[in-house]
Amino acid sequence: MTAVVSDRATVARQSRTAVRRSPAPARWWAAAWRPLTLVVAVLVVWWVVTAQGWLAPYVLPSPADTWAAAAENAAYLGQHTWVTTYETVIGFALAVVIGELVAVLMAYSPTTERTVYPIILVAQVVPKIAIAPLFVVWLGFGVAPKITVAVLMAFFPVVISGLAGLRSVDPEVIELTSTMGASRLKTFAKVMFPASLPQLLSGLKVAATLAVTGAVVGEFVGGNEGLGYVILQANGNIDTAMLFAALVVMSLLGIVLFLIIEIAERLLIGWHPSRRAATAATTVAGA
Amino acid sequence: MTTLTEEPGVAGTAQDVVSVDGVSVTFRSKRASTSALGEVDLAVRPGEFVSIVGPSGCGKSTLLKVVAGLVAPTTGQVRLRGDVVAGPRPDIGFVFQRAALLDWRTAEGNILLQAEMRGMDAAAARRRCAELIETTGLSGFEKAMPHELSGGMQQRVSLCRALLHEPDVLLMDEPFGALDALTRERMNVELQRVCREAGVTVLLVTHSVPEAVYLGDRVVVMGPRPSRVVEELRVDLPPVRDYTAAMEDPEFHRVASRVRTLLGSPQGGD
Ligand SMILES: Nc1ncnc2c1ncn2[C@@H]1O[C@H](COP(=O)(O)OP(=O)(O)OP(=O)(O)O)[C@@H](O)[C@H]1O
Ligand SMILES: [Mg+2]
Repeated sequence: MTAVVSDRATVARQSRTAVRRSPAPARWWAAAWRPLTLVVAVLVVWWVVTAQGWLAPYVLPSPADTWAAAAENAAYLGQHTWVTTYETVIGFALAVVIGELVAVLMAYSPTTERTVYPIILVAQVVPKIAIAPLFVVWLGFGVAPKITVAVLMAFFPVVISGLAGLRSVDPEVIELTSTMGASRLKTFAKVMFPASLPQLLSGLKVAATLAVTGAVVGEFVGGNEGLGYVILQANGNIDTAMLFAALVVMSLLGIVLFLIIEIAERLLIGWHPSRRAATAATTVAGA
Repeated sequence: MTTLTEEPGVAGTAQDVVSVDGVSVTFRSKRASTSALGEVDLAVRPGEFVSIVGPSGCGKSTLLKVVAGLVAPTTGQVRLRGDVVAGPRPDIGFVFQRAALLDWRTAEGNILLQAEMRGMDAAAARRRCAELIETTGLSGFEKAMPHELSGGMQQRVSLCRALLHEPDVLLMDEPFGALDALTRERMNVELQRVCREAGVTVLLVTHSVPEAVYLGDRVVVMGPRPSRVVEELRVDLPPVRDYTAAMEDPEFHRVASRVRTLLGSPQGGD
């Protein structure tokens, strides 16, 4: 019996290490070559369309023009990118903290849920673009109104996914922990919160991209800083190359935030079937 | 049949550890109300091992949950060590029918959850955990995640978790349902040793007649819904039993075939 058991243990350990054995660059390449190929393909099509003169440069600037615009104005772009990044990250962080807090309150108190849910829903359905000017009136032309719009945009998916995560905990696991006589706080920290992470993190991915949108919408409405402002300026000067450069940077910002949460997922919820499936698929593709 | 539990002798003055009085449970939902448990009376003395058998869906799991305070009885009441059970009771060990492991913790981490939640001494808990892993044949899988374990191994992890804090009342809901026959026998022997050494009072729900009779001082047979206790059978064998010897004992056969008859098994009649 013991022989069989330890035998199976060895097999299990080997298969676990087998998944990790392929070197990091190889795994990175296995995951990245498809999207990279697609990006290259898009660039090629873009380049062909503009090089053939099918579209006027003020309608669609060539990749080279866009790159040149970005390179010439690197300092200017960098400065405004920094502002938008700052607004986005602060807005996102606030949305996560406030959103999760509200989700926890709603999960633990039905009264809070009944009271707060309708308000959150109304706040969500009001178009943020329509109320953004109001924040400028209230909060001035600084970063405050931009952060506020970013928070408002990102808040809803955090609350919804946080609440869904806490609701999805296996009732039998909750029963089990109640036979262990632990405090609510301990139960939350060791059981409820970790169990809610898969849903919460997928909500955070949506929230991160919305936070970028929120910050840029805020910049459109007022102020003289940020990528939203750069776009408005470029648009006014019919400088399409610069507009495209700002758009690309803005997209990169969203993608970087998204990837950071991807990495957080990998570290925090590697145990979840959604992530396990991803690992298995990569292994097969890499083999 | 209730006279059985009131027999003088074994623990004449000691109070019953578990006493279930007229407990019934009805689940109500919008569509229907299900009577999960008819009226059940049951008394368990300290250190007694009681096996519960009955057809699927007769309310065995529900009964254990009522005893643990996880489900409120619709009528009647349960006393645990004399106090009425009014909510989840931490002074027990519970093995769920499904292993109910935390997916993000290793086998060992799942067992040690018990210690962390109770604030037990970490070093002592680790030592005890290592012992339990050894006895349940999980050595080598301490660091395995639940999805890397077979169903039977998951059940053994859940059993270790329930034993970690050395409870003196243990409620087990088909803890060995997913094990192969040989491992199951080995686990039965181990469970008997562990429980008898520590003088644990046990309520064990099982679908296996040999398991119920080999382990039990008493076998409680429940009928189909609306479920009641049909009969309680005393097993007249010493508390610690050699597996093979017990299997060949006429007493074992007498009880086992009576249980089978009560459950309506075709091989039951004698
Ligand atoms: N939470 C619940 N809500 C509604 N009905 C329930 C609930 N839990 C159990 N039941 C019903 O109560 C009855 C008894 O269930 P229980 O799980 O106690 O049976 P059991 O004897 O443990 O069966 P098995 O041997 O198959 O595990 C079943 O008919 C079931 O449908
Ligand atoms: Mg059951």
